[in-house]
Parts: sequence; structure tokens; C-alpha cells
Amino acid sequence: MAKASPSEPVLTLDGIRKSFGSKEILCGVDLSIHRGQIKVLIGPSGAGKSTLLQCINFLVVPDGGRISLEGQPVDPSDRKALCRYRQQVGMIFQDFNLFDHLTALGNVEIGLVRVKKMKRSMARERALAELERVGLARHAHQYPAELSGGQKQRVSIARALALDPKVMLLDEPTSALDPELIGEVHAVIRELGAAGMTMIMATHQIGFARALAQEIIFMENGVIIEQGPPDQILDDAQCQRTREFCAKITELGGHG
Amino acid sequence: MTGEAGFIFNELMPSLLRGLWMSLGLIVPSAVLGFFLGVLAGSCRVYGVRALRWSAHVYVALFRGFPLLVQLYIWYFGLPRLGVYLSPYMASVLGFSLCSGAYHSEYIRGALLSIKKGQVQAAQAIGMTRLQTILHVILPQAVRRALPGCGNEIIYLIKYSSLAYMVTCIELTGEGKIIASATFKYTEVFTVVGIIYLALVSVASWGLGKLEDRLALPGFQYHRA
Amino acid sequence: MNTPLGVLQQSLPYLLQGVWVTLVVVLGSLSLGLLVGLPLAVGQVYGPKPLKRLIGIYVWFFRGIPLLVLLFLFYFGLFPFLHLDLSAFVVAIIVLGSISSAYQSQILRGAILSIPEGQMKAARAIGMSDVQAIRHIILPQAFRLAVPGWSNEYSVLLKDSAVTYALGVAELMARAHHVASRTYQHLVLYLCAGFIFMILTFLGTRALDALHRRVKLRGYS
Repeated sequence: MAKASPSEPVLTLDGIRKSFGSKEILCGVDLSIHRGQIKVLIGPSGAGKSTLLQCINFLVVPDGGRISLEGQPVDPSDRKALCRYRQQVGMIFQDFNLFDHLTALGNVEIGLVRVKKMKRSMARERALAELERVGLARHAHQYPAELSGGQKQRVSIARALALDPKVMLLDEPTSALDPELIGEVHAVIRELGAAGMTMIMATHQIGFARALAQEIIFMENGVIIEQGPPDQILDDAQCQRTREFCAKITELGGHG
Repeated sequence: MTGEAGFIFNELMPSLLRGLWMSLGLIVPSAVLGFFLGVLAGSCRVYGVRALRWSAHVYVALFRGFPLLVQLYIWYFGLPRLGVYLSPYMASVLGFSLCSGAYHSEYIRGALLSIKKGQVQAAQAIGMTRLQTILHVILPQAVRRALPGCGNEIIYLIKYSSLAYMVTCIELTGEGKIIASATFKYTEVFTVVGIIYLALVSVASWGLGKLEDRLALPGFQYHRA
Repeated sequence: MNTPLGVLQQSLPYLLQGVWVTLVVVLGSLSLGLLVGLPLAVGQVYGPKPLKRLIGIYVWFFRGIPLLVLLFLFYFGLFPFLHLDLSAFVVAIIVLGSISSAYQSQILRGAILSIPEGQMKAARAIGMSDVQAIRHIILPQAFRLAVPGWSNEYSVLLKDSAVTYALGVAELMARAHHVASRTYQHLVLYLCAGFIFMILTFLGTRALDALHRRVKLRGYS
């Protein structure tokens, strides 16, 4: 689903570097994404995919490099600007991180009420609409502990969508789920893509990635090894390492 | 030396030192007695026959429910009504031991209950007797589980030993009160007294921490407050 | 009518007035302890290093010195030295409250630390400032976790409040002793006081248990 990309990328990363102690996790990553594009990060665990995504909205502060949203560089030391920036970049976590003391509705509502300062009645309406969109309106008043993993992840997607993000970052959204629950989350993500949401997603679900992404990015040891259209990367990669990884992961049943 | 320093070193320190010895004389026997009472009551509550279990429960409920000061007053002022006269020192040691025994028993009980049935079955399966099972399997595990709680209890005992002054057993706090009342130097005296207690408590918790570290085993970790 | 039961019957209303004093001292110091303990806990978890160390010293101080010594130090020493003319009752609440703040800060700190890191991350990810995240996400969860700790803190404070009798606060213990020394019925009066303390402990912890059940989240273990 190749949407026409306006000339300017929505999000640009320039030479992002991050080390923990003496261990270098990201060694200068460049990446840019246009409106409506979907890019999928693949690579072995420890490649730095998750750190990269967390760096993008500064949950992990990069040691170096620059991130720009619609051409505006983000300065993480300006706390107010950072909060505004984060509202525009939705984040979906591997383990959902729903607020345990709030109902599904409360989870979606709180960003609207506290961050966007919306009136509670309006926030409620919007939150219900978002829950409806992920097929959970009936579960609005249940607490996270009463929901299945797939439902939790859909609530967390609704929570992010409620803030009208310009980009969504998805950090292995289905890897903490039982296999039979993966489908419902994939369906929601597919719909988002169809509606034109810009997304960067890390995943091990190769089949899903192939069907969804315009571009697949193979990462290893903190650097991007290769990127390109799914068919090229998955079936006909130039780099030996990419081929090895793709062969292994396809063999392990990464059809999905 | 004259002035403030002279007062502290020439007058205050000798009496506080005397008081400190008295405090230690209260704390050490009470800690030992209290711990054994706790082990006894805790074991009764877990392994005892019905009557024993119930009397241990009642003991713990009463001695944890009554304020320590009330207990001390019962031993010191109340018992004479029944014709039993205890010296201030004896009343204090009795009061401290019985009270802290009740608290210790909680931790001992928790530790004993936390030992899985399989441990006992495994011990029996390799032919251990009941006594051997207790000595070589249950106790080594229970002690490690109970140690942080019991250690805390001993820290509490150090602080609560100051209540002996209320039944006229003149220990550290009492010596301080006497000098302070005579000289009106309450701030100086009780600051020094406070520092001595802080030192006692800090040394004790450091020592208990060391002991816990020495006994530490994988799988028996805990988090110290 | 100087029989044990006669004395008890006559003095019961007088003792029960002491129960009110005891309860005010306990609830007052519990509230003061929360008021001071909450910022201490937040500071100790999220604050800069020097602040953390300072709070650590405060906690060490108030947890390491016996209540009786602190009562004497503040009532006879520090407050008069600062020309503060405070009644024994007020000093009792301040001292018990300060000690309780040290303990409550550690209860809350433990609760905050036991909340998974992801909660903070998710709050930041939807654009909350750290202050908003602490206030709307972390603390509501921490308070729920702290309720059992408070229940324990209440029963400790209740028993400790008997020590304020040393300053002459007319609470339950003081009144029991007062009657006892006039009627020579020490045993029965102290037993009675002890049982009243037990009943108060029981009622208070029951109330906090009920609170715990109320605020407990459905499906949450």
C-alpha cells in the first residue's frame, strides 16, 4: 500500500548512539520515515531494536545523534517540549504497561485529561471511541488484571491513539502474547496501517512484517545492516548475515 | 576542662557509661531469653498439639496487644498485689523477654510455615528421624528466613530498653534524666544519650547484616529495609 | 468500695476519656507522619543524591533513638531552648509524628519501588511530566500497596502512645496509673488499660482492612 510520500519525512534519526556502561548498544543509527509509511525492524535479540525505539521518544536518552519531528529537532533537556513531542509519538510496549490502578477506559482517558487537559466528559467520549476502534468498548470498565494479554495490548494501542500521534512506535507488540491472542492485535495494527498511520515496529513475526511493511530494516549489534522492500530483504538479501537470520527465523515458523 | 566540654566529659560521661552498662545488662539477657521464648512459642504454634497451640496463640496475642509500658507496670506495680515482689531490674528483664518473645514467635512461625512439605518428606525418604529432620533440614532453613525479622526485633529491644527507666530501673535514659533534671541541661544530655542509642542501634544492625550475609544462600535472599 | 471491680466501675468513664486523648494523639501523629513521610519517600526515590542522603540521615535518626529519649529531648530540651512553649500533648504528637514519618516514608518508598518500571515509562510515553506521572500513576498505586504497612504502623503508634504518659499527657495509660496510685488497685487497672489498647488495635486494623478491601483493584492479587 504505497502512499504518496510528501517530500519531507515525518521523523528523522541522525546518528543515534547509546551505550550502557562500556557496552555500545547503538552505534550511530540513521533512519527516516515518511507520512503513512510502515517500517519494520528485525534482527536478533540484543541487536538494539528495543533501545532504538525507546531512544526515539527519549525513554532512553541517546548519548549522541539527533531526532527531528517534521523537521523540528527535539531537545530532550527542554522538559515541556519533550512532553509535547511524546504526545505526538505513540509508544506500544512489549509488556503493555497499562496503568494497573485504572480501568481500560481510565487508561485511555488519563492522557487526554491530564496531558491534553481535555474536559472529562469529552475525554470520556473520545476514549470510548478509541476503545470501540480496537473492539473493546464492552470491556471499558474492566481493570488490566481482568483482561487477557491481547486485550491489554489493544487497550494500550487505544491509549496511544487517543493522543492523535503522528508516528507510532511498536516494540514487539505481540511477543509477550500467547499464540492464539496474536491475531487480534495484528488485526488492529493492520487496520491502523490501512488508515494511513505512520509506524515503526520491531517484531519477530516475519510473515506479518512482509504483509504490512513497505520497508524492512535488518539490525545487528547496534547498526542497520540492510534495508529495503520486504521481498528483497527476506528472500534476496545482499548481506550474508541478513540471509542467515532470515533463513533461521523463517524456519522457526515466523509465518504469522 | 571547663564549661560545656568539661561538663560532658567529667560529669556526664561517667554516669552515662554506668547507665550504658545497665542498659546492656538489660538488653543482652532479654534478647537471649526473648529469642528462646520466641522459638518455643513459634514452634508450639506450628507443631504443637491443640492445647499447646492455643496457649501459645493466646500468649502472643496478649503480649503483642498490650503496650510494653503497660506490661512493665503490671510486673512492677501489679504483681505485688498478688504478693510477688520483683526488683526493677527483674521486672524489666521479665517484661522485655516476654514481650519480645511474642514478636519473635511471629517470625519463627512464618519461617517454619514457609518450609515446604517436600523438604520434610525428602528428609524422611532418606531415613532421617524426626529430630534429625528438625536439626538438619528445618532449622537451617527456618533460621535464615526468620533472621531479618528477629534481627529487627532485637533493634527494637535496644530502643525499648529505655522504658526500664519508667519502672525505676536506672539505665542509660534514667541516668540521663537524673543529671538533666539536676543541671537543667536537657538538650545536651539527651543529645548525647540519643547519640549513644544511635550508635548501639547502628552497631547492632551492622552486625546483624554481617551475620545475614554470612548465612546467605542462593534462593534465601530477602530485602533489608 | 475499694474492691477491684468497684474501682474499675467507678473509674471507667474517666479511663474512657483517656481513650479519646489516646486516639487524638495516634491519629494526629499518623497524619503528621503521612504528611511528612510522603515527600520524604518521593524524595528518596526520585530526588537528587544529596537529598537522598539527607533523607536517609533523617530516617536513621528517628528510627534509631528511643521514643522516650526523643520525648525528653524535645519537651524538656529543644523546644524550650528555641523558646517554643508547647504543651506536652502537642510535643507528643510532634515527636510520635516525626518518628512515624520516618517509618511511613520507608513503607511508601518500598511501595513505590515495587511498582514496575514500565508504569513510569508508559506515563512518560503519553507525554506526562515526571511530576504528573508520580502524582497520577505511581502514587495511587503505591498508596494501595502501603495500606497493610499503615495498619501495622497504626498498631505500633497506638502502643507507643502509652509512653507519652511520661510527659504527663492525660491519655489512657496516665489515667490508669493515676487511679491505680490512689486506689492501690494496680493490677486490675493496668489489665483493663491493656485490654482497651487491644480493642483499639483490633478496631483500627479492622477499619484499615476494610479500607484495603475497598481500594483493592479487581483481579489484582
